[in-house]
Amino acid sequence: MTEIAVAFTLNGRRQEVRTSAHRTLLELLRDILGAVDVKEGCGEGVCGACTVLLDGEPVSSCLILAPRAAGRQITTVRALGAGGTLHPLQEAFAAHGAVQCGFCTPGMILTAYALLRDHPRPTRDEIRRAIAGNLCRCTGYAKIVDAIASLAGSGTVRG
Amino acid sequence: MPAVPFDYYAPASLAEALALMREHGEDAKPLAGGQSLVPMLTLRLARPTAVIDLNSLTELRTARREDGMLRIGALVPHRALERGEGVLAGCPLLQEAAALIGNARVRALGTIGGSLAHADPAAELPAVAQALEGTVVLRGPEGERAVAARDFFVDVLTTALRPGELVVEVCLPIPAPRAGHAVEEFSRRAGDFGIVTAVAVVELSPAGDLTRVRVALGGVGTTPRRLPKVEAALTGMRPDGRALRDASEGAGDEIEPESDAHASAAYRRHLARVLTRRALGRAVDMAQRG
Repeated sequence: MTEIAVAFTLNGRRQEVRTSAHRTLLELLRDILGAVDVKEGCGEGVCGACTVLLDGEPVSSCLILAPRAAGRQITTVRALGAGGTLHPLQEAFAAHGAVQCGFCTPGMILTAYALLRDHPRPTRDEIRRAIAGNLCRCTGYAKIVDAIASLAGSGTVRG
Repeated sequence: MPAVPFDYYAPASLAEALALMREHGEDAKPLAGGQSLVPMLTLRLARPTAVIDLNSLTELRTARREDGMLRIGALVPHRALERGEGVLAGCPLLQEAAALIGNARVRALGTIGGSLAHADPAAELPAVAQALEGTVVLRGPEGERAVAARDFFVDVLTTALRPGELVVEVCLPIPAPRAGHAVEEFSRRAGDFGIVTAVAVVELSPAGDLTRVRVALGGVGTTPRRLPKVEAALTGMRPDGRALRDASEGAGDEIEPESDAHASAAYRRHLARVLTRRALGRAVDMAQRG
């Protein structure tokens, strides 16, 4: 068993943690750093609940071994809003009733964030394709697509 | 569930990685993008005592064009294939196939070398390597060797890799002029592995006849399968709808699919016929457009 020190940036703050190399980034974030806004669903990369941005790109934090986080910028949903205000995407999810149990919401919002940043005017079909890897077991997809579509062309999501 | 603890190594050079692979033998697993290996670790389907992280080997992350071939480093991620970055744009079949892999998170980290070494019989890139008659370059204790894709895939999740060997490069021929290709996949949900995947590559003579036809199917057996009888039936033919349809009917006879929770063997045979016809049709359209 290899013990390592991993230093990375979490939501703009530098973190250094000691951990075992066989732990995942998800375990590190939730169990050591208390970032419980990152959810664990399937634990095998299928459901998208544990999505974080790794250097700006959505990844499954459950499929990244702890040492692979070294030197990277990690962003969770908590960091999208600024100074206690919600990000426009979070506002849109609330306004459209796109949150039911809420478990998929952090991953869904981060995926939508990357979509709107890279493709500011997605069609509904493009939105559906983009969130295909994020499962909502309440099956509230229609309102989730509504919420994301409401920001298409708004220019509110920038890198 | 956490993975069973292991020793972790991040070699800084290929030579160091190979020395570690030799030292740890069958107890070692090399780590590329981790999109198949990490779930196998956390589900405890794999219990290596050593994980050798290849991600510092930046020389495996580049692709180059040489003698009509694309030589793609094992660590080139699906995302780069999907976007056709740099020289990868020379083989648009890769873009089409990579876009079908898993979800965007898998494509951000998963690699071409990892996909081939993992050898899931339903995966897209092994079928593409078969259809393009690509070559997998391996490096091990006895040096480097190149293995044709048809010999590389041996069984379910089993390849010609010997203990201590690593995939370092994937070589794919760049399609000739008047060539066309297509990938057709059927899955129950976007992002799932295809139940059946068909990859077709065709070349036309100046007169418009089929001079070369290659079809590979994923999800129909223990490895991606070529369809030599379908290919032979079409070679030299005029590629009209009837010829493609008649030849594709034979696709179900060249495979031995098994029934499982996802689909019966009979349904996989049906999909093989339908998807072969559709993939050939689109490949011919593309070749005719030039």
